[in-house]
Amino acid sequence: MSVTFTRPLEPARPLEYTHSDQGPADPVLGVSNLCKSYSHLTAVEQVSFVVQRNEIVGLLGPNGAGKTTTINMILGVLAPTAGTIHIAGVDLARHRSRALARTNFAAVYATLPGNLTVMQNLRFFGMVYAIARLTERIETLVQRFDLNHLRDTRCGLLSSGEQTRVALAKALLNKPQLLLLDEPTASLDPSAAQIVRQEIRQLAREESCGILWTSHNMYEVEAVCDRVLFLSHGKILLEGDPRALPGEHGAHSLEELFIRLAREPLHAQEHPK
Amino acid sequence: MRLRAVAGILLRQFYLFRSSPVRLVPTFTWVAVDIIVWGFLTRYLNAVTSHSAGATTHVDFVPSLLGAVLFWDFFTRIMQGVTTAFFEDIWSRNFLNLFASPLSISEYVTGLVLTSIATSLIALSVMLILATLVFGLSFLSMGLMVIPFVLVLFLFGVALGIFASAMVLRLGPASEWLVWPMTAFLAPFAGVYYPLSTLPEWMRAIGAVLPPSYVFESMRALVNGQTLSATSLLISTTLAVLQLLLAGYFFARVFRYAVRTGLLARYSAEATS
Repeated sequence: MSVTFTRPLEPARPLEYTHSDQGPADPVLGVSNLCKSYSHLTAVEQVSFVVQRNEIVGLLGPNGAGKTTTINMILGVLAPTAGTIHIAGVDLARHRSRALARTNFAAVYATLPGNLTVMQNLRFFGMVYAIARLTERIETLVQRFDLNHLRDTRCGLLSSGEQTRVALAKALLNKPQLLLLDEPTASLDPSAAQIVRQEIRQLAREESCGILWTSHNMYEVEAVCDRVLFLSHGKILLEGDPRALPGEHGAHSLEELFIRLAREPLHAQEHPK
Repeated sequence: MRLRAVAGILLRQFYLFRSSPVRLVPTFTWVAVDIIVWGFLTRYLNAVTSHSAGATTHVDFVPSLLGAVLFWDFFTRIMQGVTTAFFEDIWSRNFLNLFASPLSISEYVTGLVLTSIATSLIALSVMLILATLVFGLSFLSMGLMVIPFVLVLFLFGVALGIFASAMVLRLGPASEWLVWPMTAFLAPFAGVYYPLSTLPEWMRAIGAVLPPSYVFESMRALVNGQTLSATSLLISTTLAVLQLLLAGYFFARVFRYAVRTGLLARYSAEATS
């Protein structure tokens, strides 16, 4: 398959993150030269990027591109082979608990314990994150995500949309400076997905946090993300504004660009026309 | 260590027990069955030995056998209290939510141990009430020496529980089936119901590194009116503390391995297989 680009595709210039003492302008996430290798496989190779406050960054790529591996490393459940991760200025490798106290996440594959009710889950995780004035915080989130009528319902009995709302409430318990959302709308109907997207955009503004968002829904990415990173074979191939990138690379839409990159990223990179 | 996070782990288990009384039933059912079966067996043995021809002395099997059963069941409940609390997180696929949080390993394990103490105290109370009221077992007659016995069994139970949890973390959810019979495998070597001198040399060598073997030897000595060996108590306490430290170290090592290899990140998926 031949791929035509109006502008040669070059690997995205790595954004080197240099850690300094945290100030207000410091990124909430600084990833530098991140690598993850297994015995016969390099899942992530020299990935560097930053996420700023109030910014929503989309992490895109085909299945197996290294998105979830990257997210798992940022969440501290997977150790990088090389590279560093700073969350709000705190080195994750050296100060794991301190760094993870500044972040939180929601993912379709990490549902909350189904045998606890909504309130029990929020209290439990609130204590794990050692949230001050927990009852007050939970009430705010229950109202925000319209969970009042589900307070005493076990999470395992909730619909996908309701579970997503509870997961988002849990993800915001600690007012994270960095929020990781791995396909947060994957199991939602279009109406519920739109509400969740609006909520998240509002959150990024109000809570002044940075968001790293993965999704396979390119319409959603265009609507929500300020910037996207295209990941393929463990490397960042492209980076930029999701609304401008397709035009810059001769594609009609972000989805078309995604498909081209997913099918022949290495060919396109090595033999641009 | 953040006490609120530890309390969170304990609270989660409390919620589970409160919302599902079925979980509470096995906590005292098995020990009650054991006490009843062994209680009647000791009665029978007492009756047989006191009426046998030529019997010059009366042997009371109640403190030596029923007391041993009670102690061994307490130890088993402590061990299973730790592992069952750990399994709850496997069964509900909660690892990612837990370990992507600021929760440290020491906080998590402390929470498991506190849960185990709470459930084991329920079991111990049931055992004591049954053994004392129905079968006339008097622990007070052993005096204050019961306390160090219980403490050594507690420490070793916790150590074995942590070791078993680490083993399941390393080998995968299916290895849970190796954990349930673990205390039964140790019982023959620990000399629960008979003196260690009954065992062949190689079994005695294994028994010598098991703290419970000293506890049961000492208990039999006390029942027979002999004085307690301070050396035995010292050795068993030292062994139990050492094994507890080793178990904690082993868990931490396995956890680091799971983070390095990606085992922790994909554990949720494996838990469903």
